Parts: sequence; structure tokens; C-alpha cells
Amino acid sequence: MSTTLKPPRLRRRRAEENREPDADRGILSLHDRRRRPVRIGQLASHAFLMVGLLAVGLGPLLWLAKSAVSTTQDTIQQPFALWPSGIDWGNLEQAWVEVEVGLYFFNTIAMAAGQWVIGLIVATTGAYVLSILKPVYAKAIEMAVLATLFVPSVVLLVPLFITVARPAFGPSLLNNFLGVWLPTAANAFNIIVVKRFFDSLPQEVFEAARTDGAGPFRLFVSIVLPMSKPIVGVVSVFIIIASLKDYLWPKLVLPDPAVQPLGVRLPNIQSQTELDVTLAALAISTIIPVIMFLLFQRVFLRGAGLGGAVKG
Amino acid sequence: MTALDQRRSVEQPARPRPAVAPSPRRRDRSIRGWVRRGGLVTLLFAAPMLFVFTVYSWWPILQSLWMSFQKTNLLTYQFVGLDNFVNVLSDPVLGRAVVNTLYFALLALIFGFPLPIFMAVLMSEVKRMKGFYSALAYLPVVVPPVVSVLLWKFFYSASPSGVFNTILGWVGIPPQPWIQDAVQAMPSLVLEATWAAAGGSIIIYLAALLSVPPELYDAAEVDGAGIWHKIWHVTLPQLRGVIFIMLILQVIATAQIFLEPFLFTGGGPNNSTVTVLLLIYRYAFENSLGGKYGEATALSVMLALFLAAASFLYFKATQKWSTD
Repeated sequence: MSTTLKPPRLRRRRAEENREPDADRGILSLHDRRRRPVRIGQLASHAFLMVGLLAVGLGPLLWLAKSAVSTTQDTIQQPFALWPSGIDWGNLEQAWVEVEVGLYFFNTIAMAAGQWVIGLIVATTGAYVLSILKPVYAKAIEMAVLATLFVPSVVLLVPLFITVARPAFGPSLLNNFLGVWLPTAANAFNIIVVKRFFDSLPQEVFEAARTDGAGPFRLFVSIVLPMSKPIVGVVSVFIIIASLKDYLWPKLVLPDPAVQPLGVRLPNIQSQTELDVTLAALAISTIIPVIMFLLFQRVFLRGAGLGGAVKG
Repeated sequence: MTALDQRRSVEQPARPRPAVAPSPRRRDRSIRGWVRRGGLVTLLFAAPMLFVFTVYSWWPILQSLWMSFQKTNLLTYQFVGLDNFVNVLSDPVLGRAVVNTLYFALLALIFGFPLPIFMAVLMSEVKRMKGFYSALAYLPVVVPPVVSVLLWKFFYSASPSGVFNTILGWVGIPPQPWIQDAVQAMPSLVLEATWAAAGGSIIIYLAALLSVPPELYDAAEVDGAGIWHKIWHVTLPQLRGVIFIMLILQVIATAQIFLEPFLFTGGGPNNSTVTVLLLIYRYAFENSLGGKYGEATALSVMLALFLAAASFLYFKATQKWSTD
């Protein structure tokens, strides 16, 4: 079934009539769209999507924002009322200072920053070797890296914990951010995503650079990296969001509260603190990822689609 | 470095692609020759990847096979044969954990799996505001899972003035116990997990829908197909490949469900939400004096082998349909 099955004359006429590129169409044809039941259906879909997604996607976050500055009494007794006894800004301050959310917030950022730097270094240099330098052993490494995608992470949990807690050489990485940074950098998915991007870069540019005398290092820093800004952006978002969402691994590797990121600390905060302050802490830990999402929306959504492409 | 490379390029100006193995005539098999061809620099670039994967991925994977036959307190290791496996298999909680995990996976499949497909088809057909809808749908995915779970834990409050019970009250449904009830706990967990994950799947399906060739719809219309026909005979078959992949990925993910039972219920009430991964966690990390690392690894290995076997069979079974 392809275009040739359709009389070209008809197609041209329709395209002229509607002045809309055919390639843009989905299930509904323009003819469908003109029909009355379909129009009603469209409006109903819009209403459903708008109300449903606002309520389900944004609703809980708005509720959290509201409750973070409400009193415990209000939140428990009238969860949907808008500040019956006034806005309680004190929650945020209390959470930040007394519950030391400020400290954990800083830990969160330090953990994410390190994970970002190390993750990017591993992903870009690794992909550079596999895609552009291509030593004889590149194929073997690529297979071994790919294979880790098929090993469920649960297999790694205990042995990896032991590797980090009691390494064969060097000190224990417990309560050390390196214990989070290094294992999470062994991410096959990121390497593959960057490698695919490198594969799609024009080879002529590399050849020209090599002919001009650029060595592997120069080629990487001055040619490959500047050409790879889009993919570096996508992978950065992957790494940072993964870091902000991670719970189990940092919880195991960072048992000392003084170095724990906010996410790991939240369950303890919940069990030891009053509800309004807990909700303020939850709101604070949602802020960074949500702001990042609002700023880099396109990168997020493209990245999520890319995830599907690689998986598929 | 640069001088070395320059010399190389002067020596071999005609070679088009130095990265590909050089011609046998010029190949110098000594270490110096390898270094001069850039082998050492290449290895330096590969070093970060090789280091983190060897130490934190390949080695622990191998180690897990070995450790499942050991009894250890992390200082000494003792070979105990199949003892760990026997201990795990005779643990009365294991059966419960397996059943619960399967139940979670089944519920997630029934309620969580078709929803993103439906939403994506709807969103791609309304055309306008697609970006806005995608952003709204993706928002829950961005929220850290710990926050989602703790927030929902409060939403699930069993009191009549709890958030969800208030909403139910608006439509006249009496308050529910949610996660405090052994029957309702697991569906409640699935509901939260679906909310947290659906956005990611929606975006993937939206991307897949874009790749359906519009000519197929044109052709179907020429054959007189209505809207439902087009969805059933064009859209869904075209998404087949993505749907198959998403299905197995979801099964693999739900088989390792941990965070929801751990934070919502801790496995309760009455072990009704203990999952396999929660059991692994309990073996290894619950006891601060020292975990049963051997048992935990043995159970991990069994779960991984099961998943590998299931995926293999699944791909065998679907291969025929997806390549038609």
C-alpha cells in the first residue's frame, strides 16, 4: 500500500482544495474533519483533554503548592479550600531552616552536578571512541556496553553495593558522592544515544580536520563537541533528571543524613515533622525538576521520544 | 601530542581514514607503532567508559552469579552451594511476593497500558494545543517519585476529609480505606504508578504516531474505511512494533517494582503489597547488623533469569507478528 495506489489526479485536486500538506494528516482526513459528528467529537476531545490533563497533570502540583503554605489544620480538614485561615508562609522557612531542607537541597544539587559532569564525560568520550575513533576493539566494547541494557538493574543491586562499600582497592565510597557518581555514569543508554548522534555527523568534516593535522584530542574538543550541542543537551537533561528522581541507590550509598540529598531524606522528614512543614519540603524538592521542565520543555519531550526510538 | 599527529599526517598524507585499521603494509606491530597510530590516545578516550563499566557494571554482574553461591558478611566468603536458593525458595513470604508482583504487573497492564495509547491517539488527532497537552501529560513524570508517593500517600488518607475521599464525596461515594486495606492497597499503588509513568509512554506513542505514513490513511479511505476502521486497521497495526516493545519494557519494570510498596505501605497491610524487589531489599539491607547478601543475590539472579526467559519467549512469539 503506497501512494501509487491512489490516482494522482484526485490527490492533487484535494491538496489544492484544502491548501494543506497531505503529509500532515493523521487518522482524520480533512473530509472527516468537516463532518458534524466529528466536529462535536473534536470539541469533546478538547474538553476532555483540557479538563482531564489539567486536573491530573497539573492538579496535584497546584494542590501541593497551595498546601505548602497552608496550615496543617486547613489541609487536613478542608483539603480543597483556599486558605480558610490565611496563608502560612512560615512553613517554607521552618522547613528550610529547622528541618534543614536547605542542607539537603544543597546535597541534591551537589549530587546532580557531579553526576552530570561525570556522566557527560563518560558518555561523550565513550561514544567518540565507538563512533569516530573506532579502534579494533570498538565492536567488542559496544556489544558489552549494549549487553548491560538487557541486564535488569535488580541483579546489580547487592553486588554493586558491595563493590562500592568495600572496593577491591581504595577506600569505601559509602557516604561519598563518588559512590553515586561513578556507578550511575555506567549508563549504556546515554552512550548509545550519543553514539547514534555521532554516527549521523558528516564524516567528511572529520576527514578534513584530520587532513589539516588535527589529532584525536583536537578533533574531539574543537569539532565533535561543538557539533554535538543538541545531543549533549538531551543527555544532560536525562542525567540530571535521573539524579533528581533517584532514591534507592543514594539511600543505600549515603546512609549519613549529612550527605543525603533531599529526595532520600523526605520519608524521614515526613515521619518526624508536622504535615504542613512536610508538604513545604515536598514542594521545595519538586521545584528544580519542574522549573527545568518548563525551561527545557522541548528537550524533555524530544528526549522522551528519543528514548522510545532507541528502545524500539 | 599535536606534533606527533602532525608528523603522522605528513607521513601518511594520502590515507583517507586513519581511524580504520591501516593497510597491512604500513602496520607496525610494535607498541611504539601502536602508540604512533593513536592507539594510546584512543585508549585514553575509552578509559572513563571502560573504568566505570568494568568496575560498576560488568564485574558486579559476574559477581552476582558467584555471590549467589556464597555466604558472606562482606569480610569473609564461604561457598555454600545451593543453600541460598533453597533458603529463598522455602521462605513463606516469597510466594506472597511473587503473587503480589504478578498482581501488580497485571493491574498495571490492564489499567496502565492501554491508557497512554488512547491518550496519544486522541492528542495527535485534535491537532491544536498538542504541545500544551503533551507538557501537561509529561509533568507528573518530572516530579521525583519519592515526592509523588509521599504526596499520594496523603491523598489516600482514609479519613472522610482525605483528598481522594473528599472527591469521592462530591459524587456520593462513601470514603474508602485505600492503602490501609489489604484488598485496595495494591490497586491504589498501581493507580499512583500509572499516574507517574503514563506521560512518558504518551510522548513515545505520539512520536510513533507521527511516523505512520499518511498514504496508508488515504488508501484506507479510498477503500471506504471509516474512522474506527482506520484506527483498527491502520493506526494500531502501524504502532504494533512500539506497542510490543513498550509491553515487555513495562513488564520488566513492574517486575522490579519497589518504591511504591516500600514508601506507601512498607509491604503491608498483612504482607499484601510485598513485592519481589522489596523482599530482596529486606534480605540485604533491612537488618543493620549485616544482611543476607547471598540470599538477596540468589533471588535477584532468579528474577533476572525469569525476566530474560520471559523476554526471550516474548520476542520469539511476537517476531512473527511484528515482521509481517
